[in-house]
Amino acid sequence: MAARIQIPRQAKRGEVIEVRILIQHPMETGYRHDDVGHLIKRNVITVLSCRYNGVEVFRADLSSGISANPYVQFYTVAQASGDLEFTWIDDEGERGSERQSIVVKG
Amino acid sequence: MRRARARLALAAAALAAGVVLAQERAIPPGELKSGSVFLGSDLRALQNDDFANPGMLWVERGERLWSELAGKKTLACASCHKDTSMRGVAASYPKIDKASGKLVNLEDRINLCRTGRMDAEPLRYESEELLALTAYVARQSLGLPIATRIDGAARAHFEAGRAAYHLRRGQMNLSCAHCHDAQWGKRLLSETISQGHPNAYPAYRMEWQTIGSLQRRIRACLSGIRAEMLPYGSPEYLDLELYLAWRAQGLPIETPGVRR
Repeated sequence: MAARIQIPRQAKRGEVIEVRILIQHPMETGYRHDDVGHLIKRNVITVLSCRYNGVEVFRADLSSGISANPYVQFYTVAQASGDLEFTWIDDEGERGSERQSIVVKG
Repeated sequence: MRRARARLALAAAALAAGVVLAQERAIPPGELKSGSVFLGSDLRALQNDDFANPGMLWVERGERLWSELAGKKTLACASCHKDTSMRGVAASYPKIDKASGKLVNLEDRINLCRTGRMDAEPLRYESEELLALTAYVARQSLGLPIATRIDGAARAHFEAGRAAYHLRRGQMNLSCAHCHDAQWGKRLLSETISQGHPNAYPAYRMEWQTIGSLQRRIRACLSGIRAEMLPYGSPEYLDLELYLAWRAQGLPIETPGVRR
Protein backbone atom coordinates (compact mmCIF):
# COMPACT_ATOMS: atom_id res chain seq x y z
CA MET A 1 0.00 0.00 0.00
CA ALA A 2 1.62 3.15 -1.20
CA ALA A 3 1.22 6.38 0.67
CA ARG A 4 2.43 9.95 0.51
CA ILE A 5 3.24 12.03 3.58
CA GLN A 6 3.84 15.75 3.65
CA ILE A 7 5.27 17.57 6.67
CA PRO A 8 7.71 20.47 6.85
CA ARG A 9 11.35 19.30 6.79
CA GLN A 10 12.22 21.88 9.42
CA ALA A 11 10.23 23.69 12.10
CA LYS A 12 10.79 25.85 15.16
CA ARG A 13 10.09 24.32 18.56
CA GLY A 14 6.49 25.00 19.54
CA GLU A 15 5.43 25.75 15.98
CA VAL A 16 2.12 24.34 14.77
CA ILE A 17 2.82 22.16 11.75
CA GLU A 18 0.50 20.80 9.10
CA VAL A 19 0.63 17.04 8.55
CA ARG A 20 -0.91 15.48 5.44
CA ILE A 21 -1.19 11.87 4.35
CA LEU A 22 -2.65 10.26 1.24
CA ILE A 23 -2.97 6.46 1.26
CA GLN A 24 -3.65 4.32 -1.79
CA HIS A 25 -6.50 2.02 -0.78
CA PRO A 26 -9.73 0.92 -2.54
CA MET A 27 -11.90 1.47 0.60
CA GLU A 28 -14.33 -1.14 -0.69
CA THR A 29 -17.68 -0.44 0.97
CA GLY A 30 -19.08 -3.97 0.93
CA TYR A 31 -22.21 -2.74 -0.83
CA ARG A 32 -20.98 -3.08 -4.41
CA HIS A 33 -21.42 -6.03 -6.75
CA ASP A 34 -18.96 -7.26 -9.35
CA ASP A 35 -19.73 -7.86 -13.05
CA VAL A 36 -21.35 -11.24 -12.37
CA GLY A 37 -23.46 -10.09 -9.43
CA HIS A 38 -21.37 -11.27 -6.50
CA LEU A 39 -21.08 -8.97 -3.52
CA ILE A 40 -17.59 -7.50 -3.19
CA LYS A 41 -16.34 -8.02 0.35
CA ARG A 42 -15.94 -4.94 2.50
CA ASN A 43 -12.34 -3.85 2.86
CA VAL A 44 -11.68 -0.45 4.36
CA ILE A 45 -8.92 0.98 6.50
CA THR A 46 -10.33 0.85 10.01
CA VAL A 47 -7.65 2.55 12.07
CA LEU A 48 -5.09 5.17 11.09
CA SER A 49 -2.66 6.31 13.72
CA CYS A 50 0.30 8.67 13.82
CA ARG A 51 3.11 8.51 16.35
CA TYR A 52 5.55 11.36 16.86
CA ASN A 53 8.74 9.98 18.37
CA GLY A 54 6.75 7.03 19.70
CA VAL A 55 3.92 9.09 21.21
CA GLU A 56 0.54 8.87 19.54
CA VAL A 57 -0.52 12.35 18.40
CA PHE A 58 -3.36 11.40 16.07
CA ARG A 59 -5.77 8.52 15.62
CA ALA A 60 -8.76 8.15 13.32
CA ASP A 61 -11.34 5.39 13.03
CA LEU A 62 -12.19 5.30 9.33
CA SER A 63 -15.25 3.55 7.94
CA SER A 64 -16.93 2.73 4.64
CA GLY A 65 -18.13 6.33 4.31
CA ILE A 66 -14.61 7.48 3.48
CA SER A 67 -13.74 7.55 -0.23
CA ALA A 68 -11.04 5.47 -1.89
CA ASN A 69 -7.45 6.67 -1.44
CA PRO A 70 -8.21 8.53 1.80
CA TYR A 71 -6.58 11.88 2.40
CA VAL A 72 -6.17 13.05 6.00
CA GLN A 73 -4.85 16.36 7.23
CA PHE A 74 -4.26 17.50 10.80
CA TYR A 75 -2.04 19.78 12.88
CA THR A 76 0.40 19.03 15.63
CA VAL A 77 3.05 20.93 17.59
CA ALA A 78 6.70 20.53 16.65
CA GLN A 79 8.39 19.40 19.85
CA ALA A 80 11.62 17.63 19.01
CA SER A 81 13.55 16.37 16.02
CA GLY A 82 12.60 12.87 15.03
CA ASP A 83 10.09 10.80 13.09
CA LEU A 84 6.39 10.91 12.45
CA GLU A 85 5.29 7.35 11.84
CA PHE A 86 1.92 6.46 10.38
CA THR A 87 0.43 3.00 10.71
CA TRP A 88 -2.88 1.71 9.44
CA ILE A 89 -4.75 -1.56 9.17
CA ASP A 90 -7.62 -2.65 6.94
CA ASP A 91 -10.44 -5.22 7.25
CA GLU A 92 -8.29 -7.90 5.65
CA GLY A 93 -5.67 -7.38 8.31
CA GLU A 94 -3.16 -5.86 5.95
CA ARG A 95 -0.96 -3.33 7.67
CA GLY A 96 0.75 -0.36 6.15
CA SER A 97 3.23 2.11 7.54
CA GLU A 98 5.19 5.08 6.37
CA ARG A 99 7.47 7.51 8.17
CA GLN A 100 8.97 10.92 7.61
CA SER A 101 11.52 12.81 9.69
CA ILE A 102 11.49 16.41 10.87
CA VAL A 103 14.24 18.65 12.21
CA VAL A 104 13.13 20.91 15.08
CA LYS A 105 15.26 23.92 15.95
CA GLY A 106 15.27 26.30 18.89
CA MET B 1 5.89 39.25 -62.10
CA ARG B 2 4.74 35.73 -62.79
CA ARG B 3 6.53 34.51 -59.70
CA ALA B 4 4.89 37.21 -57.58
CA ARG B 5 1.48 36.26 -58.94
CA ALA B 6 2.15 32.59 -58.19
CA ARG B 7 3.16 33.52 -54.69
CA LEU B 8 -0.02 35.55 -54.29
CA ALA B 9 -2.13 32.61 -55.51
CA LEU B 10 -0.34 30.35 -53.07
CA ALA B 11 -0.97 32.75 -50.24
CA ALA B 12 -4.64 33.00 -51.19
CA ALA B 13 -4.91 29.21 -51.27
CA ALA B 14 -3.27 28.94 -47.87
CA LEU B 15 -5.63 31.59 -46.52
CA ALA B 16 -8.64 29.73 -47.95
CA ALA B 17 -7.43 26.50 -46.39
CA GLY B 18 -6.99 28.33 -43.10
CA VAL B 19 -10.51 29.69 -43.29
CA VAL B 20 -11.90 26.24 -44.06
CA LEU B 21 -9.99 24.77 -41.12
CA ALA B 22 -11.20 27.53 -38.83
CA GLN B 23 -14.78 26.95 -39.96
CA GLU B 24 -14.42 23.26 -39.21
CA ARG B 25 -14.02 24.10 -35.57
CA ALA B 26 -17.30 24.11 -33.68
CA ILE B 27 -15.50 25.72 -30.73
CA PRO B 28 -13.09 28.48 -31.79
CA PRO B 29 -9.66 28.41 -30.06
CA GLY B 30 -10.53 31.47 -27.96
CA GLU B 31 -13.49 29.70 -26.39
CA LEU B 32 -11.75 26.42 -25.51
CA LYS B 33 -12.37 25.49 -21.89
CA SER B 34 -10.67 22.64 -20.09
CA GLY B 35 -12.88 20.21 -18.18
CA SER B 36 -11.53 21.67 -14.93
CA VAL B 37 -13.42 24.92 -15.68
CA PHE B 38 -16.69 23.01 -15.30
CA LEU B 39 -15.74 21.55 -11.91
CA GLY B 40 -16.62 22.88 -8.50
CA SER B 41 -13.93 24.92 -6.79
CA ASP B 42 -13.21 22.03 -4.38
CA LEU B 43 -12.30 19.56 -7.12
CA ARG B 44 -10.33 22.19 -9.01
CA ALA B 45 -8.34 22.89 -5.84
CA LEU B 46 -7.76 19.14 -5.38
CA GLN B 47 -6.43 18.84 -8.93
CA ASN B 48 -4.08 21.78 -8.48
CA ASP B 49 -2.73 20.48 -5.16
CA ASP B 50 0.36 18.47 -6.13
CA PHE B 51 0.22 16.56 -2.88
CA ALA B 52 -3.47 15.82 -2.34
CA ASN B 53 -4.32 15.10 -5.99
CA PRO B 54 -4.97 11.34 -5.74
CA GLY B 55 -3.78 10.83 -9.33
CA MET B 56 -0.26 11.63 -8.10
CA LEU B 57 -0.19 8.19 -6.41
CA TRP B 58 -0.09 6.72 -9.93
CA VAL B 59 2.40 9.29 -11.18
CA GLU B 60 4.74 8.27 -8.34
CA ARG B 61 4.23 4.60 -9.14
CA GLY B 62 4.98 5.36 -12.79
CA GLU B 63 8.20 7.06 -11.75
CA ARG B 64 9.28 3.89 -9.93
CA LEU B 65 8.24 1.67 -12.88
CA TRP B 66 10.24 3.89 -15.24
CA SER B 67 13.50 2.49 -13.87
CA GLU B 68 12.28 -1.04 -13.14
CA LEU B 69 13.99 -3.70 -15.27
CA ALA B 70 11.70 -5.85 -17.39
CA GLY B 71 11.71 -8.31 -20.29
CA LYS B 72 14.26 -10.74 -21.70
CA LYS B 73 16.77 -7.96 -22.32
CA THR B 74 16.44 -6.75 -18.71
CA LEU B 75 16.00 -3.17 -19.70
CA ALA B 76 14.02 -0.37 -18.09
CA CYS B 77 12.52 2.69 -19.76
CA ALA B 78 15.31 4.64 -18.10
CA SER B 79 17.99 2.41 -19.72
CA CYS B 80 17.38 4.12 -23.08
CA HIS B 81 15.77 7.39 -22.00
CA LYS B 82 18.71 8.24 -19.75
CA ASP B 83 19.01 11.97 -19.60
CA THR B 84 16.17 12.78 -21.92
CA SER B 85 13.13 14.35 -20.36
CA MET B 86 9.73 13.23 -21.59
CA ARG B 87 8.53 16.83 -21.41
CA GLY B 88 6.39 17.68 -24.41
CA VAL B 89 6.03 14.09 -25.57
CA ALA B 90 2.46 13.56 -24.38
CA ALA B 91 1.35 16.78 -26.08
CA SER B 92 2.07 15.33 -29.52
CA TYR B 93 0.06 12.10 -29.16
CA PRO B 94 -1.80 10.38 -30.79
CA LYS B 95 0.69 10.33 -33.65
CA ILE B 96 1.82 8.12 -36.51
CA ASP B 97 4.42 5.54 -35.49
CA LYS B 98 7.16 5.86 -38.09
CA ALA B 99 8.12 2.18 -38.07
CA SER B 100 4.68 0.70 -38.60
CA GLY B 101 2.86 3.67 -40.14
CA LYS B 102 0.04 3.13 -37.65
CA LEU B 103 -1.64 5.70 -35.43
CA VAL B 104 -0.63 5.16 -31.79
CA ASN B 105 -1.48 6.84 -28.50
CA LEU B 106 0.80 7.20 -25.49
CA GLU B 107 -0.28 3.84 -24.05
CA ASP B 108 0.51 2.12 -27.37
CA ARG B 109 3.88 3.87 -27.54
CA ILE B 110 4.83 2.55 -24.08
CA ASN B 111 3.80 -0.97 -25.11
CA LEU B 112 5.64 -0.67 -28.45
CA CYS B 113 8.79 0.14 -26.48
CA ARG B 114 8.17 -2.85 -24.22
CA THR B 115 7.56 -5.36 -27.01
CA GLY B 116 9.97 -3.93 -29.58
CA ARG B 117 12.95 -2.77 -27.53
CA MET B 118 12.72 -4.47 -24.14
CA ASP B 119 11.37 -7.83 -25.33
CA ALA B 120 8.81 -7.64 -22.54
CA GLU B 121 5.12 -8.48 -22.41
CA PRO B 122 2.89 -5.54 -23.32
CA LEU B 123 0.98 -4.11 -20.37
CA ARG B 124 -2.76 -4.77 -20.40
CA TYR B 125 -4.91 -1.78 -21.33
CA GLU B 126 -6.28 -0.07 -18.23
CA SER B 127 -3.90 -2.04 -15.97
CA GLU B 128 -2.51 -0.16 -12.98
CA GLU B 129 1.00 -0.34 -14.44
CA LEU B 130 0.08 1.09 -17.83
CA LEU B 131 -2.00 3.85 -16.25
CA ALA B 132 0.87 4.68 -13.90
CA LEU B 133 3.48 4.89 -16.68
CA THR B 134 1.18 6.88 -18.95
CA ALA B 135 0.32 9.30 -16.15
CA TYR B 136 4.02 9.68 -15.27
CA VAL B 137 5.00 10.48 -18.86
CA ALA B 138 2.04 12.80 -19.43
CA ARG B 139 2.64 14.65 -16.14
CA GLN B 140 5.98 15.84 -17.51
CA SER B 141 4.10 17.84 -20.14
CA LEU B 142 2.11 19.68 -17.47
CA GLY B 143 1.06 23.10 -18.77
CA LEU B 144 2.23 22.51 -22.34
CA PRO B 145 -0.37 23.01 -25.09
CA ILE B 146 -1.70 20.01 -26.98
CA ALA B 147 0.02 20.03 -30.38
CA THR B 148 -0.92 16.97 -32.42
CA ARG B 149 -0.42 16.82 -36.17
CA ILE B 150 -3.13 15.82 -38.60
CA ASP B 151 -1.15 16.02 -41.83
CA GLY B 152 0.28 13.20 -43.92
CA ALA B 153 -0.71 9.69 -42.90
CA ALA B 154 -2.61 11.07 -39.89
CA ARG B 155 -5.11 12.86 -42.13
CA ALA B 156 -7.19 9.75 -42.89
CA HIS B 157 -7.36 8.92 -39.17
CA PHE B 158 -8.38 12.48 -38.43
CA GLU B 159 -11.23 12.30 -40.95
CA ALA B 160 -12.34 8.94 -39.54
CA GLY B 161 -12.21 10.44 -36.04
CA ARG B 162 -14.29 13.40 -37.10
CA ALA B 163 -16.86 11.04 -38.63
CA ALA B 164 -16.91 8.97 -35.42
CA TYR B 165 -17.39 12.16 -33.38
CA HIS B 166 -20.41 13.19 -35.45
CA LEU B 167 -21.97 9.73 -35.77
CA ARG B 168 -25.31 9.28 -34.00
CA ARG B 169 -25.15 6.20 -31.77
CA GLY B 170 -27.05 4.07 -29.31
CA GLN B 171 -30.61 4.10 -28.05
CA MET B 172 -30.45 7.84 -27.44
CA ASN B 173 -29.33 8.45 -31.01
CA LEU B 174 -26.79 11.07 -29.96
CA SER B 175 -23.38 11.95 -31.34
CA CYS B 176 -20.53 13.44 -29.31
CA ALA B 177 -21.24 16.79 -31.00
CA HIS B 178 -24.80 16.96 -29.70
CA CYS B 179 -23.57 17.45 -26.15
CA HIS B 180 -19.98 18.64 -26.35
CA ASP B 181 -20.26 21.08 -29.30
CA ALA B 182 -23.89 22.19 -29.08
CA GLN B 183 -24.79 22.05 -25.37
CA TRP B 184 -21.61 22.59 -23.38
CA GLY B 185 -22.01 24.80 -20.34
CA LYS B 186 -25.63 23.72 -19.86
CA ARG B 187 -26.89 21.37 -17.17
CA LEU B 188 -27.49 17.66 -17.59
CA LEU B 189 -29.24 16.71 -14.35
CA SER B 190 -26.80 17.82 -11.66
CA GLU B 191 -23.80 18.08 -13.97
CA THR B 192 -22.52 20.79 -16.27
CA ILE B 193 -21.77 19.47 -19.74
CA SER B 194 -18.10 19.99 -20.57
CA GLN B 195 -16.53 20.56 -23.96
CA GLY B 196 -15.13 17.03 -23.85
CA HIS B 197 -11.42 17.71 -24.04
CA PRO B 198 -8.74 15.03 -23.50
CA ASN B 199 -6.09 17.25 -21.89
CA ALA B 200 -6.29 15.83 -18.34
CA TYR B 201 -6.05 12.12 -19.05
CA PRO B 202 -5.25 9.72 -17.51
CA ALA B 203 -7.49 11.42 -14.93
CA TYR B 204 -8.79 10.54 -11.49
CA ARG B 205 -12.56 10.39 -11.55
CA MET B 206 -14.64 10.54 -8.39
CA GLU B 207 -17.19 8.23 -10.00
CA TRP B 208 -14.51 5.60 -10.59
CA GLN B 209 -12.69 6.24 -7.31
CA THR B 210 -9.53 5.63 -9.30
CA ILE B 211 -7.53 6.82 -12.27
CA GLY B 212 -8.61 5.91 -15.81
CA SER B 213 -7.59 6.39 -19.42
CA LEU B 214 -9.23 8.57 -22.04
CA GLN B 215 -10.68 5.45 -23.61
CA ARG B 216 -12.34 4.53 -20.34
CA ARG B 217 -13.86 8.02 -20.27
CA ILE B 218 -15.10 7.65 -23.86
CA ARG B 219 -16.63 4.31 -22.90
CA ALA B 220 -18.43 6.03 -20.02
CA CYS B 221 -19.96 8.49 -22.51
CA LEU B 222 -20.96 5.61 -24.83
CA SER B 223 -22.58 3.79 -21.93
CA GLY B 224 -24.38 7.02 -20.97
CA ILE B 225 -26.02 7.34 -24.37
CA ARG B 226 -26.69 3.58 -24.33
CA ALA B 227 -24.42 2.83 -27.25
CA GLU B 228 -22.22 -0.19 -27.78
CA MET B 229 -18.83 0.07 -26.09
CA LEU B 230 -15.94 -1.07 -28.25
CA PRO B 231 -13.11 -3.04 -26.65
CA TYR B 232 -10.10 -1.14 -25.32
CA GLY B 233 -7.52 -0.39 -27.98
CA SER B 234 -9.98 -0.40 -30.92
CA PRO B 235 -8.77 1.66 -33.89
CA GLU B 236 -11.99 3.70 -33.75
CA TYR B 237 -11.03 5.01 -30.30
CA LEU B 238 -7.62 6.03 -31.63
CA ASP B 239 -9.14 7.98 -34.52
CA LEU B 240 -11.49 9.66 -32.08
CA GLU B 241 -8.60 10.44 -29.72
CA LEU B 242 -6.80 12.17 -32.58
CA TYR B 243 -9.87 14.23 -33.47
CA LEU B 244 -10.38 15.16 -29.80
CA ALA B 245 -6.73 16.24 -29.54
CA TRP B 246 -7.12 18.43 -32.63
CA ARG B 247 -10.33 19.94 -31.20
CA ALA B 248 -8.42 20.78 -28.01
CA GLN B 249 -5.35 22.11 -29.84
CA GLY B 250 -3.66 24.65 -27.59
CA LEU B 251 -5.25 23.61 -24.29
CA PRO B 252 -2.60 22.95 -21.62
CA ILE B 253 -2.06 19.40 -20.34
CA GLU B 254 -3.34 18.87 -16.77
CA THR B 255 -2.54 15.18 -16.17
CA PRO B 256 -3.48 13.74 -13.75
CA GLY B 257 -6.73 15.68 -13.85
CA VAL B 258 -9.43 15.31 -11.21
CA ARG B 259 -12.93 14.95 -12.59
CA ARG B 260 -16.39 14.16 -11.28
